[in-house]
Amino acid sequence: MTISAIGITKRFGDFVALDDVTLEVTGGELTALLGPSGSGKSTLLRVIAGLEHADAGEVIISGEDATGRPARERGVGFVFQHYAAFKHMTVRDNVAFGLSIRHRPKAEIARRVDELLHLVQLKGLAERYPSQLSGGQRQRMALARALAAEPKVLLLDEPFGALDARVRKELRAWLRRLHEKMHVTTVFVTHDQEEAMEVADRIVIMNEGRIEQIGPPRDLYEKPGNEFVMSFLGPVNKLGDVLVRPHDVELLLEPNGASTEALIHRITYLGFEVRVELELPNGRKLWAQTTRESAAPLEPGTTVHVRPRATRTFDGDGAEMRPAGDSPWWDRRVTMEVHHG
Amino acid sequence: MATAGTVPARPAPPKVLRRARVRRSTWLGVGLVTLYLSVIVLIPLAAVAWHAAELGPAAIWRVVSSPDTRAALQLSLVSSLAVAAINAVVGTIIAWVLVRDTFPGKTIVNALIDLPFALPTIVAGLTLLALYGPKGAFGVNLAYTRAAVMLALLFVTLPFVVRSVQPVLMELEQDVEEAASSLGAHGFTVFRRVVLPSLLPAIVSGAGLSFARALGEFGSVVLISGNIPFKTQIAPVRIFALIESGDSAGAAALAVVLLLVSFGVLLSLAFVQRWGRKGDE
Amino acid sequence: MSNGNDGSGAPGAKGSRANRYGLRTVALVYLALILVLPVGMVFYRTFENGLQPVLQALGDPQTLHALYLTVVIAAIVVPLNTVFGVFCALLMVRRTFPGKSLLSVLIDVPFAVSPVVVGLSLILVYGRTGWLGGWLAENGIRVIFAWPSMVLATIFVSLPFVVREVIPVLQEVGVEQDQAAHTLGATPWQTFWRITLPAIRGGVTYGVILTTARALGEFGAVSIVSGKIAGQTSTLTVHVEERFQQFDLIGAYTSSLVLAVIALVIVLAMTLLKPKEAGS
Repeated sequence: MTISAIGITKRFGDFVALDDVTLEVTGGELTALLGPSGSGKSTLLRVIAGLEHADAGEVIISGEDATGRPARERGVGFVFQHYAAFKHMTVRDNVAFGLSIRHRPKAEIARRVDELLHLVQLKGLAERYPSQLSGGQRQRMALARALAAEPKVLLLDEPFGALDARVRKELRAWLRRLHEKMHVTTVFVTHDQEEAMEVADRIVIMNEGRIEQIGPPRDLYEKPGNEFVMSFLGPVNKLGDVLVRPHDVELLLEPNGASTEALIHRITYLGFEVRVELELPNGRKLWAQTTRESAAPLEPGTTVHVRPRATRTFDGDGAEMRPAGDSPWWDRRVTMEVHHG
Repeated sequence: MATAGTVPARPAPPKVLRRARVRRSTWLGVGLVTLYLSVIVLIPLAAVAWHAAELGPAAIWRVVSSPDTRAALQLSLVSSLAVAAINAVVGTIIAWVLVRDTFPGKTIVNALIDLPFALPTIVAGLTLLALYGPKGAFGVNLAYTRAAVMLALLFVTLPFVVRSVQPVLMELEQDVEEAASSLGAHGFTVFRRVVLPSLLPAIVSGAGLSFARALGEFGSVVLISGNIPFKTQIAPVRIFALIESGDSAGAAALAVVLLLVSFGVLLSLAFVQRWGRKGDE
Repeated sequence: MSNGNDGSGAPGAKGSRANRYGLRTVALVYLALILVLPVGMVFYRTFENGLQPVLQALGDPQTLHALYLTVVIAAIVVPLNTVFGVFCALLMVRRTFPGKSLLSVLIDVPFAVSPVVVGLSLILVYGRTGWLGGWLAENGIRVIFAWPSMVLATIFVSLPFVVREVIPVLQEVGVEQDQAAHTLGATPWQTFWRITLPAIRGGVTYGVILTTARALGEFGAVSIVSGKIAGQTSTLTVHVEERFQQFDLIGAYTSSLVLAVIALVIVLAMTLLKPKEAGS
């Protein structure tokens, strides 16, 4: 059940939400649309669902052109951030809705609803009303409701955004297990990179209405295509146009190779990780992420030698640059020879 | 098509931009609604305006300034203003008592405020006559007096200010009043300088609605006032009299005056409300 | 969090206790004199001469016909204005179109028009000398002095209630439930009946109650267009006045009693079903 969105453009007044976006989602995969607010990820999801009409472009679901079709004919299951529960119906009636409007026989509906409630672990709450459920329970009900109609594709719009942190983490893992059991093509939208990295098979990073990069979580983290992707997926030290991950900043007691001396401003103990805030000879600041053992000999106010295990540099087009000249990694002048494509 | 690790390439075919416009079904809906409104409200009111306009401005003026009519208009305007003012004060007091006070039977009293909305005006008039007319319980006979007109108007406009002020008062935090108190201000001062400003828009709104309602009131006044020209005949009753005597054009002329006044009041209320709301932002 | 709305009144001193009693007295005395005692008097006066005259008046064929006519007119007017109200509310809340604020103002017009002017306006359109008067006479259709004009007058005066009550409820409910139903495969009609309407039923019900109250209680407009032909075009309210003018006080009070009882039932329904304000 592949989904293709080709050349999608969508404007709201003067604001360009999506700018000629093209995306193909592989069948059976769990894909995350990740990005900051305003990046267009929710809009893209809703265009695929048929809840928004694109100003230009096509949507193809399972080989059929769905562009002109209304949402109800697209065979999509949609889960909303704020559940969109049918408040005047019981949990059972909510989940049964997709089947009952198709006038399926009552016995079949009852059987399928029970199946699904068991799957989402809401058995026993079937006769309750949504207002009597917790947020996490409501969202599981919404998922069961969407799955009841046997959709070709499952679309989730920031499904855990309205839940508190602990429930969010539980449901994340639960969603992943559910996907592994059911293998429905799923696309979900989130602004939380940790969530995307934990749950998705592939991540689509979006920014300002465009796709920045697509790939499995590990690839994106280790081989970011541009500065935006790198800094969105994790913390980054920016030294001129050199980017260094805090956990790539090596702390040495003796000088070694390309290392330089830095002054320790502050050491913060965050349980499992230790954050060491440093200042370089040229006044630039950076911070290192390290373990308790490595940080043990360190004291604020003293100096330590720092060296990056890896750095990345991007030019304006996002391509990586080779370091030019003899300037050290920590004192790179900002303007460089840039190749425009 | 997009492959892992790279930004997707642009496909070749040109795009057609579909511009967003008001949907056809919306226009159909607006058409139906406008049709219903026209048949029921707009066309009949247009007929009133047209028949009045047919007279020509000179004749309109003659009708409106004839002694009977002028007296009726004056009585209506003055009574309605008085009623609006009284309601502004008493209505606020009643709202205050219903929100901030407790006493046995308060829920019933609160419910009864809606009675003038539910009770037919003619019945209201009859009940006032029963109490304040000849053979009235207090031995007071207000029938055929201007006081009777006021009584009737006060009855039918009772709920407007009360219901307008209540929700605002309920949302107002008592902490603000307590803070003012702790700074040395006492009872009425606290009310005047701290609470009243927040209530003012609601009071004005309720008073405006009272005025508009009182201006057009008919059924409750008809029995108890006796409809004596120059004394207790209000404008709507005068219109009624003109219709009965066959002078529908004259009736239309006076009706147009009344309509202009009520519309004017309600429109200014709407403007003031919008203007007041901007001050909250 | 207490915000003082539990009757604790203004803080502290004895002076404010006296204030509180003072205000309470003013409010209750005013309400008693203007509202409660007059209505109470109707009950008293009706049964002043015993039960028998009352039963007689209730059984009077003209009274019964008036009651019947009142109910029939309400039964026509309320559904019409309810359908209009829900439709219009959906249009105003869910769609954009130019002139929306104008439409909103026009819907409130009936609140600003005196019932007498309503009656006059209908005469000027459908009456003998009115715009359609000639055509109606030629085709033998009676609007004025017959029930159609009474229906039109009652629709006019009770038009805004359902719209006004449904709009805020619809705004609060939002569109997400409808969108969810849509993605689940429901047609627009299915979505309306099974999702939208149940979600707004509180507002619709309250609006229907207000519309019914207004329709049952209309006097001025109906009395003008109906010609007050006793036994034929008198509604119960018009009948009250007619009995009064005929010096049949018991008859007038009895019909008033019926209307007052209906009004009290309506007030009860209003209290029980009033839409909750924020923060209650």
